[in-house]
Amino acid sequence: MNDLSTPASLRADCRQPSRADFRTRWFWGGALLLLGTTILSLALGRYAVPLAELLQFLGAWLGSGDFPHERYALLHSLVVEVRLPRVLAAILVGAGLSVSGAAYQAVFRNPLVSPGLLGVLSGCAFGAALGMVLGLGGAWIPLLGGVTGLLAVAVGVGIAGLFRNSSILILVLGGIVSNALFNALLSVVKYLADPLDQLPSIVYWMLGSLSAVDSAVLAWTAPLLALAILAMCLLGRAIDALSLSDEEALSLGVPVRRLRYGIIALATLISALTVSIAGMVGWVGLLIPHLARLLVDPANARLVPMSACLGGLFLLVADDLARTLTRGEIPLGILTELLGAIAFVLVLNRVRRGWL
Amino acid sequence: MSASASGPVLEARGLRYALGPRSILDDISLRVRPGDCIALLGANGAGKSTLLKILLGLLRPQAGEVLLDGAPLSGLGRREVARQLAYVPQSHTPSFPFTVTQIVGQGRLPFTGLGRAPGADDWRAVNQALADMHIEHLAGRVYTELSGGERQRVLIARALAQQARLILLDEPITGLDYGHQRRLLDHLQRLAERGYGILATTHRPEHALESANRALVLHQGRLLADGAPRAVIDAGLIDQLYQVKVRQIEVLPHRFFVPS
Repeated sequence: MNDLSTPASLRADCRQPSRADFRTRWFWGGALLLLGTTILSLALGRYAVPLAELLQFLGAWLGSGDFPHERYALLHSLVVEVRLPRVLAAILVGAGLSVSGAAYQAVFRNPLVSPGLLGVLSGCAFGAALGMVLGLGGAWIPLLGGVTGLLAVAVGVGIAGLFRNSSILILVLGGIVSNALFNALLSVVKYLADPLDQLPSIVYWMLGSLSAVDSAVLAWTAPLLALAILAMCLLGRAIDALSLSDEEALSLGVPVRRLRYGIIALATLISALTVSIAGMVGWVGLLIPHLARLLVDPANARLVPMSACLGGLFLLVADDLARTLTRGEIPLGILTELLGAIAFVLVLNRVRRGWL
Repeated sequence: MSASASGPVLEARGLRYALGPRSILDDISLRVRPGDCIALLGANGAGKSTLLKILLGLLRPQAGEVLLDGAPLSGLGRREVARQLAYVPQSHTPSFPFTVTQIVGQGRLPFTGLGRAPGADDWRAVNQALADMHIEHLAGRVYTELSGGERQRVLIARALAQQARLILLDEPITGLDYGHQRRLLDHLQRLAERGYGILATTHRPEHALESANRALVLHQGRLLADGAPRAVIDAGLIDQLYQVKVRQIEVLPHRFFVPS
């Protein structure tokens, strides 16, 4: 991992406390917690599997140890075919939204920015709704949503580009225009939708949910999403450079425009992929990077992986609640917004270091 | 290190810059050499910031060119330039609470690029820069919690970590209290004595007289004067630049201005 911590041999020279070491421990702690919660989540559900049996089964599934044959088939379909895709999807979506939130916040030099700033979410919503109204089947809806999400950001950036001024503010304004445009298009689609059948499914989709994770969709989105998240984690130092002013960054030899658009493109791709898996899941991209900042310093080489870890954990727990709290399903987006609103107030209350 | 002419030279030749019909800079030529401690004076709107941006290669002039050691700035790579020429912005509040070590560590970006983590050499340069600015005690502190004077020293330390021999500063003492102003000017003077080439914009003619060994005066986009501060800055110049009538008082080797 790239970071700006001081190597042990030189630390004495500048009398810096060994805070960096202490702080990477938070990451490994979080990763372990995530693994534990993952296993627990596989056991949870309407048909609860005892933890000991689950561990035994997982061992057998991964190729070590024996397991009674008739139970194996049952657990395989329950744990591996039903729950595992959903658990993986929750982790990836949570990690993806958090990572792209952290990246957007650095690019726009503002800790209150969320991944929807440039219109990706409005674009996705429009595309998915359009797909439903056109009666497209299963995998086409998320695909169309993803493509229009990218398109919306391209429109926002393109509008900003018209002004031949690369300032951050113009980019934000371009995003506002693009958001407004695609929200209007979404309204048109809603207006045209069949109010008995299509409109409810659009509304439900926009609440965000993992209950209908399509394994065909997951099969191509999950590896891409995992790769993109990993890439973002490795770009920490580059993301740091973007929180400098343009003049400073350029005078330090950083190709700031190319870098900015590259990071925006990667973060947008990640958001679009999460939306195609889970619909609109609010708050995660804003809340989690803040939470991560309480645990590690703002150097993105540590902040981005920490956000990924916490985001995966947060959405996994939220989804566990969504599917176990009641007999039916609570849409995930409702839960994250409820939890997020409460948690955000607590986080704001605890932020000591600076920007407010 | 001697203060003689070894090291890179920044040279501007016949710079012209206009925004539409409005001329901002016209026919500006100057040199920054190692050992120079230059004060760039001018009223608000005289074109100081624009000139600084052109000298840094952040803006392209409509005519003329900037040469770094004889080579046109526009033809050099950004990182190449960054190893010779550093920029110290006005102290500002960044959005994220980076530590002082992290901010100074950014000065190593021209060497490490964006991909490589800083190595032992880089940390040595960072620690040296902290020591040079006497801010080792701030190393672990959070930059956003520092005072204006401390922040300015951190930003200069970043320029030193960059190991560039030429440093351009944008109003380094604006907003600092009296003590910090004095100490910062002393720092700049000492850096020039050690062979750095320093150019700082300023609003205070007295500071140019006290601590610079050359004064550049920008007036309505033109270079009005370029020479030893005592030869250039007098009551007449202040009237011309700022439309303020002052009386000049000499207490050798000092010169003061009081309202007349």
